Amino acid sequence: MIEFIRQFFLDLYEGAPRWNFIFFHDETQWERVVSGFWVTVELSIFCVIFSVIIGVVGAWLQNSPSRILRLCVQGYIQFFRNTPPFVQLLFFYFALGQFTPTYSPDGWLEVPIITNVGWAIISLSFFAGAFNVEIFRSGIEAVPESTQEAAEALGFNRFQIYTRIVMPLAFRVSLPALNNNLVNLVKTTTQALAIAVPELLYEMLGIWNDYPSALYPALTVVFVVYIGLVGILVLSMNKWERAMRIPGYGA
Amino acid sequence: MAESNWTPDQPMVSAKDVHKSFGSLEVLKGVSMDVMKGECVCVIGPSGSGKSTFIRCINGLNDIQSGSITVEGQEVNDPKLDKLSLRKKVGMVFQQYNLFPHKNAIENIMMAPVLVLKEDKDEVEARARELIRKVRLEGKEEAYPGELSGGQQQRVAIARSLAMRPDVMLFDEVTAALDPETVKEVLTTIRDLAEEGMTCILVTHEMGFAREVANQIYFTDRGVIVEHGPPATFFKEAKDPRTKEFLSQIL
Repeated sequence: MIEFIRQFFLDLYEGAPRWNFIFFHDETQWERVVSGFWVTVELSIFCVIFSVIIGVVGAWLQNSPSRILRLCVQGYIQFFRNTPPFVQLLFFYFALGQFTPTYSPDGWLEVPIITNVGWAIISLSFFAGAFNVEIFRSGIEAVPESTQEAAEALGFNRFQIYTRIVMPLAFRVSLPALNNNLVNLVKTTTQALAIAVPELLYEMLGIWNDYPSALYPALTVVFVVYIGLVGILVLSMNKWERAMRIPGYGA
Repeated sequence: MAESNWTPDQPMVSAKDVHKSFGSLEVLKGVSMDVMKGECVCVIGPSGSGKSTFIRCINGLNDIQSGSITVEGQEVNDPKLDKLSLRKKVGMVFQQYNLFPHKNAIENIMMAPVLVLKEDKDEVEARARELIRKVRLEGKEEAYPGELSGGQQQRVAIARSLAMRPDVMLFDEVTAALDPETVKEVLTTIRDLAEEGMTCILVTHEMGFAREVANQIYFTDRGVIVEHGPPATFFKEAKDPRTKEFLSQIL
């Protein structure tokens, strides 16, 4: 089977010299694609998780009694929402990266404790997190005051009202908007290319630099992989949305 | 907080010269009321007269500017008030039911005793099923609020309050949002409660109900209690011209 695929793409290359799917008949290039794919998956998963955590915590802090805390959250949102994620990446890696401590695993090489992958995860999580704060805030605001009052009248404390009543309802309202933002986030991980994170686009760019005949195939594969990855994300979010649907509510 | 020396021969709920303002708008201008254990009191009056605000003050959902409200001798307006102990004593049912939409009927009823009173789950469930029978909703245990009619939701809300074993029940225009044919089923439930000796304070527009069930009727207008008395004398021999005008409009 493998041999058949190899032969197929070699033949294709013979007949169409601009369509050199080199990674399907060259083991080394195939490994680059696979490793790029997994870095993209890793980036996406970490960024999705952290950005959602940032969103929940940020939305909670936005309702805090402390004015200073609320201002900090506002400032954070304005900064990350109003500047390009690409510039944020560069800023985190090249500016903040200067000040991070280093360690020396072998005695003479100095390695920063936060790698470029680390910076990409931090930067993209904060970027998407800023939007998630706003998404969760709108969800929280959609929970009627009167429902919370009923809980208060039953003796619930503030924390119980937030975790048992407000959050479960707000989360359901927020899911469609969150879905959109996470799709954008997964696609934005390609920008980590700028700080040499070896994700899918980075590896593909490397391949077509080495083999100009592989330009079209490399871009095609990038498109196909993203359609698949985002498709999986959207499908699972939709499934989740359906699973959380409350009979007779918000219909 | 001092232990109260309340005994059942003293008023269970006692309000003295209660003043309440929202900003510069004074809503309650010296309201006084005594409710004995086992009494059913109806508060009537034109909209905007402060009746709902008044009963919301009794369980501390609204604070008051001056005067005093005590429940079983415990001062509600005390800044050191243990709100939980107040809310265990006072149950409240709202005009818009305010059920938790993400929980089914039985879960709505069980939530507060399990979460707030930390009672045994099985025991609470048995009690909740008993309450469902009491409000005549057998078979609707697993139904979500969105799947129930207004009258059914309101009866779940009453059961939810009763599950906390309150000593006083407050009803804030609980039939105002209902269809005429479902009003009756809710009023029947409240009447059963009153006949069992539950202390009830109702804000209502149901004059027929007030006449039949109430021990005392209070008429409020523009933030003061204009007059009060047992229904027999109140409806026949209203003295104040404002009361007469109101009754002539709605009877």
